[in-house]
Amino acid sequence: MITFILRRLVAAVPVLAVVTILVFSLLYFAPGDPATIIGGDLATPEEIARIRSVLGLDQPFHVRLAIFLGQLLTGDLGTSIFSNLPVTHLIAQRIEPTLALATVTILFSIAVAIPLGTLSAWKAEALIDRLVMVVSVLGFSIPVFVLGYGLIWLFAIKLQWLPVQGYTPLSQGVGPWLANLVLPTLSLSTVYIALIARITRASLLEVLAQDYVRTAKAKGLGDRKVLGHALGNAAVPIATIVGIGIALLIGGVVVTETVFAIPGLGRLLVDAILRRDYPIIQGVILLFAAVYVLINLMIDISYAVFDPRIRY
Amino acid sequence: MTLSRRTVLKGSAAALATGFTLNGRAPAIAQAANRTLKFIPHANLSSIDPIGTTGYVVRNHGYMVYDTLYSFDSQFKPKPQMAEGHEVSTDGKTYTIRLREGLKFHDGEPVRSRDVVASLKRWAARDGFGQTVMALTDEMPVIDDRTFQFRLKEPFPLLIEALGKPSSPVPFIMPERIAQTDPATPIKEAIGSGPFRFLANEWVPGSRAAYARFEGYVPRNEPIDGHAGGKVVHLDRVEWVIIPDPATATAALQRGEVDWYEQPQGDLLPVLEQSRDITITSFDPIGTVVLLRFNHLHPPFDNPKVRQAVLAAASQNDYMTAMVGNPKLFRECKSFFPCGTPMSTGAGGEAMIANLDKAKAMLRDSGYKGEKVVIISPTDLAYLHTLGLVTEDLLKRLGMNVELVATDWGTVLARRASQEAPDKGGWNIFHTTAVGVEFMSPTSHLALRGHGRAAWPGWPTNPTIEKLRQDSLKSGSLDEQRAIAAQMEREAFTAAPYVPIGQYQLPTAMRRNITGLIAASAPFVWNIRKA
Repeated sequence: MITFILRRLVAAVPVLAVVTILVFSLLYFAPGDPATIIGGDLATPEEIARIRSVLGLDQPFHVRLAIFLGQLLTGDLGTSIFSNLPVTHLIAQRIEPTLALATVTILFSIAVAIPLGTLSAWKAEALIDRLVMVVSVLGFSIPVFVLGYGLIWLFAIKLQWLPVQGYTPLSQGVGPWLANLVLPTLSLSTVYIALIARITRASLLEVLAQDYVRTAKAKGLGDRKVLGHALGNAAVPIATIVGIGIALLIGGVVVTETVFAIPGLGRLLVDAILRRDYPIIQGVILLFAAVYVLINLMIDISYAVFDPRIRY
Repeated sequence: MTLSRRTVLKGSAAALATGFTLNGRAPAIAQAANRTLKFIPHANLSSIDPIGTTGYVVRNHGYMVYDTLYSFDSQFKPKPQMAEGHEVSTDGKTYTIRLREGLKFHDGEPVRSRDVVASLKRWAARDGFGQTVMALTDEMPVIDDRTFQFRLKEPFPLLIEALGKPSSPVPFIMPERIAQTDPATPIKEAIGSGPFRFLANEWVPGSRAAYARFEGYVPRNEPIDGHAGGKVVHLDRVEWVIIPDPATATAALQRGEVDWYEQPQGDLLPVLEQSRDITITSFDPIGTVVLLRFNHLHPPFDNPKVRQAVLAAASQNDYMTAMVGNPKLFRECKSFFPCGTPMSTGAGGEAMIANLDKAKAMLRDSGYKGEKVVIISPTDLAYLHTLGLVTEDLLKRLGMNVELVATDWGTVLARRASQEAPDKGGWNIFHTTAVGVEFMSPTSHLALRGHGRAAWPGWPTNPTIEKLRQDSLKSGSLDEQRAIAAQMEREAFTAAPYVPIGQYQLPTAMRRNITGLIAASAPFVWNIRKA
């Protein structure tokens, strides 16, 4: 297993290198230029040319790429063109809210979706199953931002139970931290609850139709124990979908962070793209790529945990 | 652990004894909340350099942290702010400016003449008016810590007006060591001598910025009057809460999580108007001007007759209704200088007849050959994209061949800078807005310049306008300047460097317990009280 993990980690290096060069090239060839944004609406061509020169944006592709790669090799992700703050500092400022939102969302989704999916599979074709599936379809269909606005209107404006926006660090207390996370988590988790519940139901139905389940039931094994066995055997596809869900979450948090004004990595990236703040875009995408690689690795490791037949 | 009735009673008594109320707030905390203003700015504070970056949000940050030598009063006259006053030599070529006593930077250092000289040099490198000042300046010798001079090549009566310039980039004064930073490189420290200190450790770009009252600030004795007068602060702390989504920002104001929302979106105003706790008002008495800019380098708008046809077709009412909606918030202004400011004469404004039939005839006679008109329009700035859509419709009705390129603001800015032909990455028309004070002087009005490829994008060549601008630099009296402004407007309505398409007031929304809003071109927080 350790050899497998090490092999996969080493294999991640060329993946990240390709991502780095790809992102750099895309930004180089994409329209837009931070110099024009710094110069602003009333800048003259000379002013823009001067800013471009100071920022080194007038350098050819290979020179800029070499400078960027050189910095990267020393662990330096560069400095924001606008704020002049190091990209690592900006990422450090933003990582906690995104991590908190993603973790709470995925834990909440698992906690709700797996029992729902299990119940649905166990009571297949019954009213409760239909109900769960209707709720799942709704969860898929309602855009995150629409649900977000609805929740804000109800719980923050009308009932005044929860704050509208912002993020309170965990260091300032669990209560305020959770208060700020409840509405974003509810908005964001709906899709994942729907996704995981449906996969759980489908996987369980397949397992529950297996001969060994029928045999276990025939031998008088209780429902709970049968379900426990079945769930263990249905875990691999569920783990896969949870892993994919975590990866997809990176896209989902962008919208949620905007609607709830959460200062996370998603908003950092969107703001940087709109301003063409190249070092931030490169740094955050590189981080996201590394997270994707890590999640994939963890999913593969989880297969071995859930299914003893799988060995690396 | 179990709680007995006795324990609860004891706890409650202790809480009351220590001053806690039932809502969990101590009076001291409530008082601190009353001294903290939470403000949603109109954009993210992505930079702290008000000279290097000209965005209005950075300018507003600048007004918190820095001070200026002179400031404009409500009648648009420059008044001393950091300056104690100045003397002008009899030949009008030497200005001796003396600083007020006791001015201090936030790092505790006194404000010295050399800081002022370095700051003005950095500002002048980025500002059109500043470049004019420096072109006419021989040297700026430091006489002593509180006195310095402008030694000019020729008399320049507008010098003090330039030093009090209220809009981006504002000639803010910073310590010499910071002001020596290249103007194209963002500064790393926000140290000024203004009424608030920037709390750098609390700055999270894209999320929040915080300012604390600067105890060492000594306001002037005169009452506040526009940008001028004593900046008396009644708050201990100001927090900028960056909320990019307008619906969320509106909800945060409704809920009382913030005190002031600088620029609520027009279609959400009815929601705020329903709340008894919220006031909708406006702080900028001049407002914002809106313009449709032609590219003068390429067909069809290299032909003045085609530009005149569009000028004759444009209806300011149509544009403003589409963009702003509420007629109480906009006005038609057939003038190249903002209506309500001294230089606005409206001379030649009769060219804007808003008559499509006559404009069609003018276009027929102009020699327009059906060349494609490329309008670049940012969809991420909805108010500007609306203008693009109105122009697209107008030009189609006029009989022009139109392509609307809908993209983001960053791409519009980049493409706008290209002097290439429209089919090679260039453009024909863009729209923008500017705070009125930007365009209120013949000298600082960038969009009226006519110096060709070196001019603001659009690059008109107009020697008459340039000569009038040069004349304005030498004009001393307001009457002389108004006469020049009238000639400039008449020429502009003939040459049509751009089409003025209206002027509007930006609404601002605040909780009712906020009072003391100052009428000025930026959202100032001095004089503000929170009950």
